[in-house]
Amino acid sequence: MELFTNQVLAGIATGAIYACMALAVVMIYQAIDHLNFAQGEMAMFSTFISWQLMQWGVSYWAAFVITLAFSFVAGIAIERILFKPLAKAPVLTNVAGFIALFAIINSSAGLIWDFTIKQYPTPFGSAPFLGSQLISTHQAGMIGVTVLLLLGLYFFFQYTRIGLAMRAAASVPESARLVGINTSWMIALGWGMATAIGSIAGMLIAPVVFLEPNMMGGVLIYGFAAAVLGGLSSPFGAVVGGFLVGVFENLAGTYIPGVGNELKLPIALALIISVLVVKPAGLFGRQIVKRV
Amino acid sequence: MTTLLNVKDLRAYYGQVQALHGLSFSLNEGSLTTLLGANGAGKTTTLRAICNMVRSTGGIEFDGKPLNNKSTESIVRFGIAHVPQGRGTFTTMTVEENLQLGAITRKDSAGIVSDIERMYAHFPVLKQRHTQQAGTLSGGEQQMLAVARALMLRPRLMLLDEPSFGLAPLVVRDLFGILGKINREDKVSILVVEQNAQLALELADQAYVIETGRIVMSGNAKDIANNEEIRKSYLGY
Repeated sequence: MELFTNQVLAGIATGAIYACMALAVVMIYQAIDHLNFAQGEMAMFSTFISWQLMQWGVSYWAAFVITLAFSFVAGIAIERILFKPLAKAPVLTNVAGFIALFAIINSSAGLIWDFTIKQYPTPFGSAPFLGSQLISTHQAGMIGVTVLLLLGLYFFFQYTRIGLAMRAAASVPESARLVGINTSWMIALGWGMATAIGSIAGMLIAPVVFLEPNMMGGVLIYGFAAAVLGGLSSPFGAVVGGFLVGVFENLAGTYIPGVGNELKLPIALALIISVLVVKPAGLFGRQIVKRV
Repeated sequence: MTTLLNVKDLRAYYGQVQALHGLSFSLNEGSLTTLLGANGAGKTTTLRAICNMVRSTGGIEFDGKPLNNKSTESIVRFGIAHVPQGRGTFTTMTVEENLQLGAITRKDSAGIVSDIERMYAHFPVLKQRHTQQAGTLSGGEQQMLAVARALMLRPRLMLLDEPSFGLAPLVVRDLFGILGKINREDKVSILVVEQNAQLALELADQAYVIETGRIVMSGNAKDIANNEEIRKSYLGY
């Protein structure tokens, strides 16, 4: 029983990271109808920035905040420079753009910081949380930061005018423009926020997976699985999907014979495919009905 | 009477296809003007061209200021509210959020709150449903919501694209009654595009008839309604 509780809690902790990545992916998907394959690399690069700042002697939380600001601006810049011109281009052009972005960021990080694995600090420590062996303080910290982030985002989108405008721009762009919303900047703002959310995920998971240019590859696939499971049209679904995937991954690794650590990633892919076959819109997604 | 909207030699294009062929008309401050015409005559395109939602050339002046080359979202800030064909409801949001979105360019939060109450007084059904998702409203209720959303801008000019579309005749009467009241009491000038010519002419003071992207007839709404020849050849009733 203790093993089970332990695995569930650890699953919720990594699930929090998947939830952040899924949320970042869904925010951009809502804005421009494309999956950002480079979301993980963007998060990795941000994490390197924070690491570099700490190497220069900046404290953890100061580096955390500076990185958030950097990521926000970088996300907006990427949208303005690369994806705004592609807004009316065919899907494959956009896909090529994302793959290019992926490769550019990955190689740049390798060039600047090389491909060796680096230790990344945790501000929470790794002692048992509240003296219990079930979960470490870092895992508790991951869950805590994610919950705060989600509450903040919920408040922002539900109760602020700019949040309302962003939702409107994503749901009916033409009507949004007709009430005076600059939808183009709302998309850029979405990119900025998604990139900042991704950077939080990167900084929280780095102590677990260690810092290196390919650290987010697996995490992003779980993030995609979470987004597909919850429904790409539902930010709430993406978050729930993240936690479910985290728990599912751990339980499958522990209890299904032969899965272990090695086959955890294929589990995520199997999950994506099963969801797409059984419920294409995801658990919370809306089926898109088109008049013909 | 001062001219509020002046459109001169308007030409509009969808890709290579020209939809408007040098269309000119004007609208006086405080008037309720209607654009009539058959399917595909260019009524919707005219409204879309005013808000720069379709590529066009020619002169569009609002209150003496040119609107050409202004983005759709900045034209709203002149005080022009456009209720598009199909109503443009934010279906996944609540009725109240739809109203707030109508006022998203305004800064006076106290005025917005009181205007929402004013809309509920105009349209009591919206108050009953204010927490409901707008997509769950009936067609008539959604049209009321669209008009209310446009009024939340406190517009000087409201553009309405076929408000009667898909509504039961009784609901249409209701809606047109409200439009007349808004025009008279709130001093909002209205340009309404309609296929239901009979009803639109009853309501409007000025009327223009469009055929294949050109104005073919203009004048006092009553005169046009009383002219049997025009009615038979252009308006089909």
